[in-house]
Amino acid sequence: MAKSVLNVGRISEGFVLDHIQAGKSMEIYKYLNLDKLDCTVAIIKNARSAKMGVKDIMKIECPIDYIDLDVLGFIDHNITVNIVKDDEVVEKSTLTLPKEIRNIVKCKNPRCITSIEQELDQVFILTDPRKEVYRCKYCEEKYKRK
Amino acid sequence: MRHLMSPLDFSVEEQERLLDLAADIEKNPAKYAHACDGKVLATLFYEPSTRTRLSFESAMIHLGGQVLGFSSAASSSASKGESVSDTIRMISCYADICAMRHPKEGAPMVATAVSSIPVINAGDGGHQHPTQTLTDLMTIRSLKGRLNHLTIGLCGDLKFGRTVHSLIKALVRYDDISFVCISPEELRLPDYIREDVLEANGKSYQEVERLEDVIGNLDLLYMTRVQRERFFNEEDYVRLKDFYILDKKKMKLAKSDMLVLHPLPRVNEISVEVDNDPRAAYFKQVQYGVYVRMALILTLLEVTV
Repeated sequence: MAKSVLNVGRISEGFVLDHIQAGKSMEIYKYLNLDKLDCTVAIIKNARSAKMGVKDIMKIECPIDYIDLDVLGFIDHNITVNIVKDDEVVEKSTLTLPKEIRNIVKCKNPRCITSIEQELDQVFILTDPRKEVYRCKYCEEKYKRK
Repeated sequence: MRHLMSPLDFSVEEQERLLDLAADIEKNPAKYAHACDGKVLATLFYEPSTRTRLSFESAMIHLGGQVLGFSSAASSSASKGESVSDTIRMISCYADICAMRHPKEGAPMVATAVSSIPVINAGDGGHQHPTQTLTDLMTIRSLKGRLNHLTIGLCGDLKFGRTVHSLIKALVRYDDISFVCISPEELRLPDYIREDVLEANGKSYQEVERLEDVIGNLDLLYMTRVQRERFFNEEDYVRLKDFYILDKKKMKLAKSDMLVLHPLPRVNEISVEVDNDPRAAYFKQVQYGVYVRMALILTLLEVTV
């Protein structure tokens, strides 16, 4: 019997996110606000990987200034980002942990000023790059990753 | 223009200069009696406080300045839903400097983003209380003669006790400081103080439950109150409020020159029988608090005498 092959077409402009930790792609979909963008997105979950065993891959067809790579660095800085323009990979971007993230995650400390003043930006600062710890700018509560 | 949000806002050198100024004010109060003539301090207290608010007001009055403000959220526009940012914009038109206490952590920092006058954090929730720290540092330096080579016991509510967090942050910058953290398991230091402050600065610390076991090793015992207002659950408060009571019997186990500090108010964690012990420094702390706040107001207003 012939093996079934999953084909996902090429993109002419956008991003190919490779080496995503298996199962994390939906989280990325959410953080990048892709549900609010009118663009084509392909998500491949649990693809075989020589390096990782299994991994997720995402292809996002959109103008390349649409995506905030800082957010990706916060979610998983091991992701490989291929930037595609005119059908070619024009850049492979290495992600780093952003020093500050704004309005990506919310502070869960009920004693934080952001819990009552909703219009404030939710700002988290990288306080320990080695342990990848982010803390709320206002109350210093640690952001707990799931 | 500078603000004071955390004890780390001042470098060690700046902090030493501030404490020197406070010591000079203590020696020569008359020299500073008109240093702030024509200046106004606003005390924005969204949470009740007697000591800190009156200490700030006393400090400004002793410098010749005037004071205005409110002493609870109910008597401010916050009760009508006004944001901290809007309040500080308005206060900036009325005063030259302000001290803000707020039950929510980070509120004074929000104010600094839009304020045109220096903002002093006078306590934000369980987070920071830098002027209490300056008070504590001045008390220790005045009575011990140094801020290094000390074994410091911190006792009681180390989880929500903002004075403890601020004091640790300030003291890790000095040499040969070790901490003994004495608390029930539920009220231990939050992880950000343990990891980012103590461990990151390579300071030694131990966590114990029984005060009697360690009191004999301490140069300084910093007692705190278990604060009802920090608990969401009354049952937890009732269970933990009387966990530590410092009395004459425990003081007998301590060194003859160990100081006892407390940010006050106390409830019953220090028995009144300890008040007359020469090692009890908690009422002297209150007086030092006024001098250090005077020095802080002068520094932030850039007034030289």
